[in-house]
Amino acid sequence: MTFLHLFIVNKSGGLIHHRPLSKHAPHIGTNDWLRIGSTFHSLHAIAAEASPVKSKHKNDGIEFIEAEGLILCCFQTRTGIKFVITAEPGTRNLQKVLREIYVSYADCTLKDPFYELEMPIRCELFTQAVDDIMRQYG
Amino acid sequence: NNRTRRRKQTKNQPYSIDNNKDLLLTFIAFKMSRQTAMPTSILDRPLTRGRTEQVSLSAFGLMYSELVQYHQNRVSSIPELERRLESSGYGVGFKVLELLAFRGREAKRETRIMSILQFISVTAWKSLFGKGADSLERSLDNADEYMIFDNNPITSTFLSSHKSSADAYISGIIAGILEGAGFTARVQAVCPSADEGDARGIIGLPRRKDKAVFVVKFADKVLERDAALG
Repeated sequence: MTFLHLFIVNKSGGLIHHRPLSKHAPHIGTNDWLRIGSTFHSLHAIAAEASPVKSKHKNDGIEFIEAEGLILCCFQTRTGIKFVITAEPGTRNLQKVLREIYVSYADCTLKDPFYELEMPIRCELFTQAVDDIMRQYG
Repeated sequence: NNRTRRRKQTKNQPYSIDNNKDLLLTFIAFKMSRQTAMPTSILDRPLTRGRTEQVSLSAFGLMYSELVQYHQNRVSSIPELERRLESSGYGVGFKVLELLAFRGREAKRETRIMSILQFISVTAWKSLFGKGADSLERSLDNADEYMIFDNNPITSTFLSSHKSSADAYISGIIAGILEGAGFTARVQAVCPSADEGDARGIIGLPRRKDKAVFVVKFADKVLERDAALG
């Protein structure tokens, strides 16, 4: 019941962060990551349009994918950033972990004056914060 | 024309104290507050602390981040950014010295190097950052250098790179206090890695792996004067 991967997509669909969350996570190459990021972004947008029920939240789109081999949870912020986490089936607290990662993002990257918005995240403080969250929940 | 002349004067000095252009704005705010019953302007509040006011660390972090970005868009190198941040802190240092001297109701001003450094590392630090500096030491290598240690200065709490550059603001504050008290000095911030014992963590953030040291280098005439005082 472990977490596998975390990736963050900015509001134009570019991948700004990706990392494995445990040793079991399969290795994914950089090109594959970029493809995953943009594909997910497009699917998210299409799902928001195609949904038969218009959600009252502005952030409509894919929230949860449950497959045989993995579960995927997505959290979209009001600014259009999507935090996506994948895990083995049966893992709990996905939503909670995503919220905490969002809080760490706000603390460690958004308050760093040398971080440019929508650019790839290179903040060591953010990496350490996600490590701490994984140590707590993983 | 008057305004451009003033701006040219301040550009050539290494440090510049901001002219209070916001005096006009506070006057307008004061007039508006009289008409619409808004809270009184900051210039009308008493100088003595009624109750200790606190500012959230996040609010300071976001505002300071904007200050750094403002300067970074106007410079072309890191040392220039550090100089600008030091200038910003310099003015704060002067005003903090006056305010703390008034609030502390000191009968005498500090004339010795050790006492003004104690004032900075204990009183000024507590007033600005909520706690005293972690230690104050005299350098063993150079007789004119003293070091103020802080395990987690708020200017670099949220940063992952260029921490000593962001701490230049606090260097400027220290330099401003010293200059205002009559001790000319240059202050430099460095960022060595922290030892295991320096546990200075903020809840919610990962433990900081380095600390900040503010190296204060006094001018020769200050050292001579201090030696002559006995």
